Amino acid sequence: MVTVIHPNLDDTEAKMSARDVSVYYGDKMAIDHVSIDIPTKYVTAFIGPSGCGKSTFLRTLNRMNDTIPSARVEGEIVLDGEDIYRSRMDVVQLRARVGMVFQKPNPFPKSIYENIAYGPRIHGLAEGKQELDGIVETSLQRAGLWNEVKDRLDDSGTALSGGQQQRLCIARAIAVDPEVILMDEPCSALDPIATAKIEELIDELNGRYAIVIVTHSMQQAARVSQRTAFFHLGKMVEYGRTSDIFTNPLEERTKDYITGRYG
Amino acid sequence: MASLPSYHGWYVALWIVVPMVFFIALWSVLGPHLVSQHVLASPAAADLPAFGFKRESIMAEARAAAIGAAPGVFNEEARALIEPYREAIGRYQFIGIAVTLVLGFLGGVWAFLRIKPDFTARTRVERTIMVILLLASLVAILTTLGIFASLVFETIRFFGMVNPIDFLFGTHWGPDPMSSPDNPDSSRYGAIPLFWGTIYIGAIIAMVVAIPLGLMSAIYLTQYADPRVRAWVKPALEILAGVPTVVYGYFAALTVAPAIRDVALAAGMSNPSSESALAAGLVMGVMIIPFVSSMADDSIAAVPQAMRDGSLAMGATTSETIRRVLVPAALPGIVAGVMLAISRAIGETMIVVMAASTAANLSGNPLEAMTTVTVQIVAMLTGEGSFDHPATLSAFALGFVLFLVTLGLNFIALRVVKRFREAYE
Repeated sequence: MVTVIHPNLDDTEAKMSARDVSVYYGDKMAIDHVSIDIPTKYVTAFIGPSGCGKSTFLRTLNRMNDTIPSARVEGEIVLDGEDIYRSRMDVVQLRARVGMVFQKPNPFPKSIYENIAYGPRIHGLAEGKQELDGIVETSLQRAGLWNEVKDRLDDSGTALSGGQQQRLCIARAIAVDPEVILMDEPCSALDPIATAKIEELIDELNGRYAIVIVTHSMQQAARVSQRTAFFHLGKMVEYGRTSDIFTNPLEERTKDYITGRYG
Repeated sequence: MASLPSYHGWYVALWIVVPMVFFIALWSVLGPHLVSQHVLASPAAADLPAFGFKRESIMAEARAAAIGAAPGVFNEEARALIEPYREAIGRYQFIGIAVTLVLGFLGGVWAFLRIKPDFTARTRVERTIMVILLLASLVAILTTLGIFASLVFETIRFFGMVNPIDFLFGTHWGPDPMSSPDNPDSSRYGAIPLFWGTIYIGAIIAMVVAIPLGLMSAIYLTQYADPRVRAWVKPALEILAGVPTVVYGYFAALTVAPAIRDVALAAGMSNPSSESALAAGLVMGVMIIPFVSSMADDSIAAVPQAMRDGSLAMGATTSETIRRVLVPAALPGIVAGVMLAISRAIGETMIVVMAASTAANLSGNPLEAMTTVTVQIVAMLTGEGSFDHPATLSAFALGFVLFLVTLGLNFIALRVVKRFREAYE
């Protein structure tokens, strides 16, 4: 079966494009021929029931699946016209351009400052302490965390609350100035207030970075995204403007899912 | 019924077995005393020498002959005692067996009479099992206390003869077991060269070998190794920990020490020692590798996968991730492993007995012969001095210092590990 792409998509500028991407874990097929264009200026949401492959697909976009020995990727994924799975691709550079925020906040057991400075240091983005201080401040400000932590940058990142930790992780990803930010259910471990703050933050980051978010919450997808892709059993069923997907789904399964009939 | 029938059965069984076991334990301590008292009361014992070594040996001989462990006796005096011994042993054995059976029977009857449908046998069995487990764990604790007490007692005796200041801070070690035990020469009991030798071999040379190799093998095994490689290498490394230390001792004395000597000769040194601190330290370091690597392996593996993913997703390479995230996060566990390894190394005896020398030597040259605390403990205890000679007693003082140091290291290591565990829960 072929993915239903809504006809009125006007995405002229695609940051990343996947063409016929399949992912296998050993012999098991987890993603079945998915093709999608990720727009530059929007937030794209991947929705679908648990185990549908949306997180797996997200992890192919910065090659995090490479860390799983049994995983194998087929097809083509292009970032700004470059195939990221070609053999000469520098995975380290790729991940600097395509940052990632995980389901559970995972700050390093280091100070807040060191957490943010981690990426710039390993990529040599700052010359001297002053420039690094600047990057840390800007990143924390963009992540909406600066005012809460500016007086205690030397405290451990793990001492922050869950929501603050997640914004710290977003700030950490921003610090290396990526072009795309992947978010894998970034709010699933957070309470509603912290969730609201993250969603607000995603809104603010929208436009500066191409953002792809995997979420279990359809309300969240509806609130933060402009494009939505519905995944089911390893296939991408339907892709279009978020407003179209939620008000006028073309596929029966999409309709069943968003009306809560299963999943 | 408050409990299943089997619990009532267990309850009765416990009441039969536990009193019997307690009585047997008590009797095995009391019995021999009662036997020898009985023998001494017999008329044949009147001719025995009043006290001392001879009397003890005659009685021991008679006893051995009575139970058939020795074919005959050397001392004629012992011959007369065989019969009283045989009789006394027979009598007290009979009493012991009879009382044991009676106790078991009484316990069983008492428990059996209490069995009723609403009797809470289940909770009582549970409580009894808890008490038995508690007693089992007390054995280890009491043994430790006993060891400590005996060490303290003998150490105090030693310090009554030799000034503790001279012992702890003196730099000349050369006790003479043949000298008069009265008025010992305190200046010959300076233990600093022994402490130095111990630290130099166990905490410096051995650790220079064990820390880098142990850490690197742990990193390889947790981060790089293919699961199939890991399945082979990890048990192989653990076998290294199971090799008896005396075998390492051979290896150090017969292979490594001569090799080091040859190298030193080739390098133009005149007359290098065949027993060097380096040989003992190197082999000890190899022996310690599994301790360091298994603790480091555990603590690196305990760092959540999310940390590793987080670092990789920032575009760090695997080695950057290890250096900047995993090792710092696992550091407390690694440090604790190193401290346990040090306490193991400085308490190690066989390798140094075989490969280091007995010459106390305060030197920084690893090619020179050196001795350690444990070597001297062995030398002093198996030496020719009488037991209450200060040279022999010095072994207890050395053991006491070693005990305190390793106890301290283990204590710190356990505290560090505990704090580390809390950090991730």
